Amino acid sequence: MSQTVTIVDYGSGNLHSAAKAFERAANEAGIAATIRVTSDPAEVRAADRIVLPGVGAFADCRRGLDAVSGMVEALEETVRGKGRPFLGICVGMQLMASRGLEYVTTEGLNWIAGDVALIRPQDDSLKIPHMGWNTLHPQDEHPLLAGIETGPSGWHAYFVHSYALTAAKPEEVLALTDYGGPVTAIVARDNIAGTQFHPEKSQKLGLKLIGNFLRWAP
Amino acid sequence: MTLKTRIIPCLDVKDGRVVKGVKFVDLVDAGDPVEAAKAYDAAGADELCFLDITASHEARGTLLDVVTRTAEACFMPLTVGGGVRKVEDIRALLLAGADKVAINTAAVTNRPFVKEAAEKFGDQCIVVAIDAKQVTPGRWEIFTHGGRNATGIDAIAFAREVVSLGAGELLVTSMDRDGTKSGYDIGLTQRIADAVSVPVIASGGVGDLDDLVAGVRDGHASAVLAASIFHFGTYSIPQAKAHMAAAGLAMRLD
Repeated sequence: MSQTVTIVDYGSGNLHSAAKAFERAANEAGIAATIRVTSDPAEVRAADRIVLPGVGAFADCRRGLDAVSGMVEALEETVRGKGRPFLGICVGMQLMASRGLEYVTTEGLNWIAGDVALIRPQDDSLKIPHMGWNTLHPQDEHPLLAGIETGPSGWHAYFVHSYALTAAKPEEVLALTDYGGPVTAIVARDNIAGTQFHPEKSQKLGLKLIGNFLRWAP
Repeated sequence: MTLKTRIIPCLDVKDGRVVKGVKFVDLVDAGDPVEAAKAYDAAGADELCFLDITASHEARGTLLDVVTRTAEACFMPLTVGGGVRKVEDIRALLLAGADKVAINTAAVTNRPFVKEAAEKFGDQCIVVAIDAKQVTPGRWEIFTHGGRNATGIDAIAFAREVVSLGAGELLVTSMDRDGTKSGYDIGLTQRIADAVSVPVIASGGVGDLDDLVAGVRDGHASAVLAASIFHFGTYSIPQAKAHMAAAGLAMRLD
């Protein structure tokens, strides 16, 4: 039976390439999935899995999400209420936090306790944004990481961000990356997960992780 | 430090076709940017850059189609530049599947546009492409329109200014070196890289793999862009990565 994966369209993010990456990952993993890009809360309620992308500034993204009437309620109900698997990507992941501190303080969805703040590498010669390919350092085992080579010489993920989520509960940080100090790369709890990097742009690692998400049965 | 140096092949696209030619042996259609993009994706390129040199406005639709088809086929970041003058140009490219958009002439003639673009789409997707020529020892100036028009603007001051306006990355091309195969202008690259807080991509003049190493080691660039050495198969992406790794640079080898 084909599952429905909904990518939430709230005016932010590269929805087209995200959708194509999910289609390709489903194909490679042999999973029957219909990928839908939508701004209709009813489709979010009906989805088997939900993806929240996002690029740009935290406050802008939050405004964009709020501007889609009924979307936040649909997400709360479907993800938190019904426990459908959820993946936030980049700012979509950051929106899961309690607060964003980019330019102004903005409330997040508060699904992962913590703040999103400017990265401050210990080595001040490091450039901001943290832009490019970096490796993941898992803090725990998780179905999303199954079959992915991690560690210092593991497969790479593509990051592009200046702000990062610092989770209040270390057990909700699934993977870190290193950029002049630890930077949160993946958060996860229950049926919700988020990646700071872009799986849809991360070639081998990205397609594998998306495939794992499509199989995830939390 | 685990962030890797990026290798970025750059394709000049005119009316939806690659110009200057791409001579991979196994390409079905060497003029199709999507075919070239797929080949680079398979070879492990870290990002891809399309520079649209189309003169006519009508052909923009063709470019958007190319970007769409590339984004469908390649799961790596894509930067598109050329003729980006309005917020609508950026929106159209991002919607088609570009991850970053390079602004060149418009950043010189309309500085507030950089700020507007960065505020609207985020710093991370706004690349300012700086074309510079050395005018006297230690001084480089900005040129526009493919290096034809002098502006008298100091390149290093300009770089600082566009970063303060929100540029998230700078693509620094030496117009003196472009096409010469004599190596990047290391002085220019290093002066700009050291002057700004954002990543700098070195561009213009690569002749061999040591030039790529020098761009990072001596030029302090975060990424290296090259066109002909890859297009004509002089060197492959894996060869370039192996060479740079052997020189002690952190490279992505997966």
